[in-house]
Amino acid sequence: MVKAVIDGISVEVPAGTSILDAARKVQIKIPTLCKHPDAYLHASGACGICMVRVKGSKKMLRACCTPLEDKMDIITHDPEIFEIRRTVIELILSNHPNECLTCGRNNNCELQSVVADFAIREEFFEKIVPDIPQDKSTGNIVLDPRKCIKCARCVDVCQNTQDVWALTFLHRGFNTRMAPAGDISLAESPCVRCGQCSAHCPTGAIVEQDDTKLAWKALRDPEQYCVVQIAPATRVALGEAFGYPLGSNVTKKMYAALRRMGFKAIFDTNFGADVTIMEEASEFVERFAHKKGPLPLITTCCPSWVDFMEKFHSDMIPYFSSAKSPHEMVGALVKTYYAEKKKLDPAKIKVISIMPCTAKKFEISRSREMSASGYQDVDVVLTTREMARMVKQAGIDFVNLPEEECDHILGDYSGAGTIFGATGGVMEAALRTAYSFVTGKKLPKVEFENVRGLKEVKETSINIEGTEVRIAVAHGLANVEYVLNQIRTARKEGKPPPYHFVEVMACPGGCVGGGGQPYGVTDELRVARSKGLYSEDEALTIRCSHENPYVQQLYKEFLGKPLGEKSHRLLHTKYQPLPVYRR
Amino acid sequence: MAKTVFIKDTAITGKDRTRDFYGLFLGVLREKGLDTTIQLVRLADMGIYSAGIAVRVLPDNHLYTQVGESDIAGIVESIKTGQPYQPRLTKQASTQMRIVLRNCGVIDPEKIEDYIAHDGYHALARCLTELTPEQVIQEMKTSGLRGRGGAGFPTGMKWEFTRKSAGDQRYIICNGDEGDPGAYMDRSVLEGDPHSVIEGMAIGGYAIGASKGFFYIRAEYPLAIERIEKAIKQCHDNGLLGSNILGSQFSFDVEIRLGAGAFVCGEETALLASIEGKRGYPSPRPPFPSVKGLWGKPTCINNVETLANIPVILFKGGEWFSKIGTETSKGTKVFAVTGKVKRSGLVEVPMGTTIEDIVYGISGGAMSGKSVKAIQTGGPSGGVIPKDYFQTRVDYESLQKMGSIMGSGGMIVMDEDDCMIDIAKFYLGFCVDESCGKCAPCRIGGTQMLRLLEKISEGRGVPKDLEQLAMISRAMQKASLCGLGQTAPNPVLSTLNYYRAEYDAHVNDKKCPACKCSKLLSFLIRQDKCVKCGMCFKACPVGAISGNREKGYVIDQEKCIRCGQCFEVCKPAAVLRQ
Repeated sequence: MVKAVIDGISVEVPAGTSILDAARKVQIKIPTLCKHPDAYLHASGACGICMVRVKGSKKMLRACCTPLEDKMDIITHDPEIFEIRRTVIELILSNHPNECLTCGRNNNCELQSVVADFAIREEFFEKIVPDIPQDKSTGNIVLDPRKCIKCARCVDVCQNTQDVWALTFLHRGFNTRMAPAGDISLAESPCVRCGQCSAHCPTGAIVEQDDTKLAWKALRDPEQYCVVQIAPATRVALGEAFGYPLGSNVTKKMYAALRRMGFKAIFDTNFGADVTIMEEASEFVERFAHKKGPLPLITTCCPSWVDFMEKFHSDMIPYFSSAKSPHEMVGALVKTYYAEKKKLDPAKIKVISIMPCTAKKFEISRSREMSASGYQDVDVVLTTREMARMVKQAGIDFVNLPEEECDHILGDYSGAGTIFGATGGVMEAALRTAYSFVTGKKLPKVEFENVRGLKEVKETSINIEGTEVRIAVAHGLANVEYVLNQIRTARKEGKPPPYHFVEVMACPGGCVGGGGQPYGVTDELRVARSKGLYSEDEALTIRCSHENPYVQQLYKEFLGKPLGEKSHRLLHTKYQPLPVYRR
Repeated sequence: MAKTVFIKDTAITGKDRTRDFYGLFLGVLREKGLDTTIQLVRLADMGIYSAGIAVRVLPDNHLYTQVGESDIAGIVESIKTGQPYQPRLTKQASTQMRIVLRNCGVIDPEKIEDYIAHDGYHALARCLTELTPEQVIQEMKTSGLRGRGGAGFPTGMKWEFTRKSAGDQRYIICNGDEGDPGAYMDRSVLEGDPHSVIEGMAIGGYAIGASKGFFYIRAEYPLAIERIEKAIKQCHDNGLLGSNILGSQFSFDVEIRLGAGAFVCGEETALLASIEGKRGYPSPRPPFPSVKGLWGKPTCINNVETLANIPVILFKGGEWFSKIGTETSKGTKVFAVTGKVKRSGLVEVPMGTTIEDIVYGISGGAMSGKSVKAIQTGGPSGGVIPKDYFQTRVDYESLQKMGSIMGSGGMIVMDEDDCMIDIAKFYLGFCVDESCGKCAPCRIGGTQMLRLLEKISEGRGVPKDLEQLAMISRAMQKASLCGLGQTAPNPVLSTLNYYRAEYDAHVNDKKCPACKCSKLLSFLIRQDKCVKCGMCFKACPVGAISGNREKGYVIDQEKCIRCGQCFEVCKPAAVLRQ
């Protein structure tokens, strides 16, 4: 621990804590544009706004990347510091287009806030904004390098947290710009569309493609029958946009809001998650208990992870579960099972998914299997951030909205379905059902605490009737390589697989920390959102997917049995190696 | 007895005639059948400048300058007799004190035997056999040597910090990414005395406990790279690098890494990133490289000139070295004196020598009869020092007090034709070009300042611009991430400080007192002085001058591009530049 003084206030923090973080502890907020509070991101020292000084020293220090030292006496505010900060902000503004009103980050831009806080009312320096075109090539993530302030958060998260290396800086000096390496388009780059860049960008330089117009168009078309589903992680994050405490579960308000927007059927991806577990747990039992197929089984709910694997680790394809992701399953079932029951023309059904994720926008058209119903199974994907905007556009007073229920037959879910949104959740849900499938017994205790939490790689084993099941859970793509190398080494040495079951989620924390979630993600927030999901799981009476009566009904009336012919056609997919660069 | 002859064309301007002269000399030797007993060597640097072709005969140590083709026969004859060839015999100026450049131009840089014969590797042997690493560091601390790369951090302390940092592997790096405009002392040492740098590194490696060293040399120095490569190979052949050097427990090896042309990679943390194969971005300090450097291991980075000092210090002792120089700055410093000076070249003087002694005494003052206006030291990170302050004794502190810095030792002499706004623009432009773009103050601030200077030099300046220049300068100095951005405003600030009147003339009167800023100039033909020769008419590249030899000539101000050609060619000085 180090003891120091900041602005005359004593502070004690663990050694290595930055001055910026230490100051926060004593209610001093030092402005910064490059350091994100998320612990995954490193302090780059790029913006030069967080300047502070040791009392009596002429030199200034960057609070974001200078560790507080014992007996330091830090001044965070004096006339010179204020002047320097203001000048730097004015300089950054001189290199930023004045397009606030039409910007994707209008009203929640960090640069806008800082400029407003410093009461900059006129442009002091000459405006120099080079003309660089936008990159909309991916169709789900939009790069606008002109708005980039070179804070390097996106490059850091893309290279270090996600190990994708799609984004980098090109050129140098004033001509420095954020872009895919080699100046190719983002779609040609290794980008896996996880959207972590957009979730951490302080300005509108990287935003999700806004598809709310597409959703409204479908909703306003009297010919169309619009069906919506909400992903597990969105229900514990959307509330943040309306001032709810972190991690609040607003599922039933979301249902009500969506119904008011004009959706004819309100379904839940959690139901799809339950179906995914039926298929995936059966696949696991096939491979584990009946030795049909290689182990470990690796989960495939996350489209960024699938894309990453197809590009960088295609030797892992045999281990992949062929089960589609939950929202794709719901999409396929809406346009077949539900359409049949309701006697609807599937051509006139529009399925819209509310997702915590930008990669889901890409997933809906990634392969032929995503049109298993004969039509594109999911038509539009909206992120949590877009849904918040739609609620506001619709003039809905979200906070005071009465709570409503979802519609049956593809809406009701078990506790296992809801925890899909947190890292380890898919594993836990699958284990609950796999246990019963293998033993034919009811699980005495459904919680598997060892797979929960934010540890980068969670390796553990559980005992199913005397047989050890070794599992690994990884989140954040940079953590995957360790797990995959364990598998590779064992395979090379002819040893038994180190794990039987592996879960991977591309984003740190799983979908609660997804690239389409509300801004400002930190570990604290990831924990709060996960907690919201685990509390819901605890409160539900049905906590295992196979016990969901609507799931049972689905198999009885329509699918037959898990991994059956119909399941394979509608609910499973294929993988293929992809080139890392497409040019 | 076998003799060696060194040849170098010391003229700074024009084509390097060393190779041609070498051919001629060799021809004469062959003719006389002496080419087997007399060895001819082409040098890259002899430590003598602006003295035509220079020839040095060893071991007689006869130096000849301004040598012409007709002198070859005479010199060859004198080599045979051992008596000097009087017509071209030269005594080298003695005001210089050559420690760093002790071997440059004296030994054959491609021969390890030559280096060893000049006390080379004796210091390393002494360290390995007589001194513990701690004693080596103590000796360095006694010497008072400070880093010659610019910042002037005490070398002994740097070594001590690195030695005391915990780590299973340590590195020593030679920073040969010399990039200041006009500075080339590091290149000369690498080319002229490569073994001294390797020896310095090996001693440093022994002192800090490193088994591995890296040369980071800019790719624009091909000869330096070639010589270092050869020197490393010779060391391997002679057991001076590799395992158990000179039979001791100490093992040490070095590798070369090339810089790809970024000035910022001379900054320690950016240099490390570059060696690691990453984008050459500086990173915040702490952690300092001595704690967490190359691949996270404790690393010591020393400049070429610093390393070249080390063998001498450990051969003659720190005590001896500390007697040279001033109270705070010990030893000598090599300056690259360039610009509008009579004898440009490398100058090595004890710390504390006055600027006057260097500029006038050693380098001969201004070229072509004009008077010296100021010097610029420290390259783009430094500032100007007007001639009124030439009594200043050069050391780290006094230059800083003058608003400049020692830097790597560039010293550019300016005369009355130089406009200070133009000078500031040049240096700032260099930093803007070389800015890595990582931090906002340097990336945007530099560009904004350059725009303001351009505005001022084109006569579009307003008084508020000077205020903005000062404001951005303060922000860059305080908030830039690395030394490049922090010091980039120095040339602007120091010219603003000493030559405010010139700025005011540009901004308020739209005049350039040095007649340098072309947009502020106008050219007129004074009819009373004009002899109607028509030279200006012929010289004008845009046809702005009209008239004939009877009526005389006039300049059309609309068409004139202010190139100054007419002014240059007019013999009776009838063209008025104002």
